[in-house]
Amino acid sequence: MKLLAANRLLDGVAVWAGPDGVWVEDIGQAEIARDGDAEARLEQIGREAVARNLVLDIELIDIDVVDGAVRPLRLRERIRAAGPSIHPELGKQAAKQAASLV
Amino acid sequence: MYRYDEFDHAFVKARVAEFRDQVERRLSGALTEEQFKPLRLMNGVYLQLHAYMLRIAIPYGTLAPRQMRMLAHIARTYDKGYGHFTTRQNLQFHWPALKDVPEILEKLASVEMHSIQTSGNCIRNVTADHFAGAAADEVADPRPYAEILRQWSSLHPEFSYLPRKFKIAVTGAESDRAAVQVHDIGLHLKKSPEGRLGFAVYVGGGLGRTPMIAKKIRDFLPEEDLLSYTTAILRVYNLHGRRDNKFKARIKILVHETGTEELAQQVEREYLALRESELKLPEDDIQAIREYFAPPLLPVRSEGEALLASATATDARFATWVRRNLHTHKHPDYACVTISLKGIGEVPGDISADQMEAVADLAERYGQGEIRVSHEQNLVLPHVARADLKAVYEGLVEIGLATANAGLVTDIIACPGLDYCALANARSIPVAQQIAIRFADQSRQEEIGDLKLKISGCINACGHHHVGHIGILGVEKKGAELYQVTLGGSGDENTTLGEIIGRGFGADEIVDAVETIVETYLGLRQDKSETFLAAYRRLGSAPFKEALYGSEAKAA
Ligand code: SF4
Repeated sequence: MKLLAANRLLDGVAVWAGPDGVWVEDIGQAEIARDGDAEARLEQIGREAVARNLVLDIELIDIDVVDGAVRPLRLRERIRAAGPSIHPELGKQAAKQAASLV
Repeated sequence: MYRYDEFDHAFVKARVAEFRDQVERRLSGALTEEQFKPLRLMNGVYLQLHAYMLRIAIPYGTLAPRQMRMLAHIARTYDKGYGHFTTRQNLQFHWPALKDVPEILEKLASVEMHSIQTSGNCIRNVTADHFAGAAADEVADPRPYAEILRQWSSLHPEFSYLPRKFKIAVTGAESDRAAVQVHDIGLHLKKSPEGRLGFAVYVGGGLGRTPMIAKKIRDFLPEEDLLSYTTAILRVYNLHGRRDNKFKARIKILVHETGTEELAQQVEREYLALRESELKLPEDDIQAIREYFAPPLLPVRSEGEALLASATATDARFATWVRRNLHTHKHPDYACVTISLKGIGEVPGDISADQMEAVADLAERYGQGEIRVSHEQNLVLPHVARADLKAVYEGLVEIGLATANAGLVTDIIACPGLDYCALANARSIPVAQQIAIRFADQSRQEEIGDLKLKISGCINACGHHHVGHIGILGVEKKGAELYQVTLGGSGDENTTLGEIIGRGFGADEIVDAVETIVETYLGLRQDKSETFLAAYRRLGSAPFKEALYGSEAKAA
C-alpha cells in the first residue's frame, strides 16, 4: 500500500494527498493506494499539484495499516508524519497519535 | 566587532529585495521549483522533512546582543520559539514558512546579518576560534583575517560556482579550537622568528564520506599575502577540482589525487603571479579591520579572586561550574565563560527565544556586549570579570543554562539528524539525549574527565563524528537505525581520524556500548591525568573491541 507525500510550497509543511485532491496534514486522512492504478492516479494528482505550485517533492511512500492506523514502513516517513521525536511539547508531535508512530 | 559600512548595508538590502521578488514569483507560479531552488539555496533556505529551514550566517561565530535579540524575536514570531546552533557556528531555524522568509531576512539585515553563502558551491561562512580576542594562549586575534576573507569571498564572481562547497577556518592560538585541519583551507595564525604575523596554511581537510586531514602546504605565509595565496589555492581548485563527480569534488580529493607536493607547487606558481597584484593587503587596510576587533577596555577588577574563593567555598554547584566552564583569559581578572547548550536531556545546540534574550542581557551587563558561538554548539561570553562570575552563573541558573559540563562526556555535538534533516539515515539528537542522561551524574562525568563525543545522522558528518574521541555515525540497516562507533578521533592541533571499532549497534544498544567504552577506559587508564584520547592512543583499539564484542572480536 502506498500514500503520496509532499511538502506544501507556501510553508514547507509535510502533507499527503487526501480524498478529492485535498492535501492533508494528518497522514491518517491520506488516501491509500492499494493497487497500481490507484498509485498512478495519486501520482497524477501530485503532478498536477506540482504544476499548480501547491506542493513540491512528491513521493509515493510505502505504508502498512496497523490496527486501523496508517504506519509508513520507513522511519523517515514515520518521523515526517509524527513530527520530530524531540521537543515533545511543540508542534504536531505534541498532538495525538504522533509518538506512537516513531 | 565589525560594523557594516554603507556599501554592506546597501548590498544586503538589495539582496533582500531581490529575494523578496524571487519568492513572490515562485508563489505566483512564475518560477518553477527547478528555477527557484538554486535561488533559495543561495539565500540559505533549504527544504527538510517537516518544513523549510533557514540557515543564518554568524561570521566567525561572533554575535552582538542586539543580534541575539533579533534572533529571539524571529524565533518567536516566525518559528516555534527556538533556534539551533550548528557546528559551523551558524544558526538554523527549522520551521520558517517560505512566504515569511523575505521579512525575516529584512529583519536580519537591520542588525547586520544575512543568510548569503550558507549553502551552495561557494565559500561558506568563515569560522574561527570561539575564544578569539580573549584567550590567554593566543598569538593574535584571528577574526580580522576571517573578516577580510569574508569580505573578499562575498559574492566573489570567480568563486561563486566552485566544484563544491568550500570552508575556511582560522585559529590564532597554539591549541587549535577551530579544527582547522578538517577544513578545505585551515589557517593557523603565528609569529615568525622576526615577530611578523602570518599563517601556516593547511589544505584539503574535510570530513564527510571521505574524511581527510589537511596537508600543510606552507609553513609561513606573511599576513599581507592572505588573499593572493587563498586566491591561488582557489584558482587551482576551480580549474582542476572534479566537477564530474559530486563525491569527488571537494578539494581534499584534488589534493589527494594530485599529491601534496605537486599541488603545493601549482599553488605557489599562481601565488607568485598574484603576489604583487592588487590582492596584496596594505598594512593600513589590515589595521582598519583590526580596529573593529580592538579588545574591549577591561578595567582592573582585582577583587575577583577573593570573591570567587568565598563563593566557591559556599556554593558547591557554582564551584563545579567554575571548574568546568571557564577558560583562561588574557587579563588575569577576567575569564571566558562557556554557556553549555547541552543541558542533560536537552537538544544539543538548541536555545529558546527567552534564553537568547537572557544571554543577550548577561552579555550586555557582564560581558562587554560580546557573545560567541562555538563549533561545539555552545555559547561563549568571552570577557567576564571574575568578580562577576557568580552573577553570571546565577543568571544562567535562572534560564536553565548553567550545566557544568563543558568538555565532558555529556557536552555532545549532535547534528539535527533524522528528526529534521532530509538527508539523514538515523536520528542523532535522541542518542545524544540518552547518553547525556546515562552519564548525568556530575562526579562520574568529572571522574571520566575530558571526552569529546560527536554524533552524525549520516555520512555527511555535520556532527564531526570522525574527530570525536568517541564518534557515532547513524546508518540505516534493514529499515532500522544502526550506529557505527569510531574511536580515537580528534580535531585539535594533533588531528586524527577515528577508527571504526566494529559492527554497529542498534538504537537500544548504543548507550550501553558507549558506557562499556568509557568503563574500559576507566579501568585501563594509568591515572586520572591520562585522558580518554591519550589512553586510546597508548592502548589502541584491542581492549575496547574485546570489551564490546568479547570472543567475537578475538575470532575476527
Ligand atoms: S550529518 Fe547528515 S543527517 Fe546530520 S545534518 Fe548533516 S546531512 Fe543531515
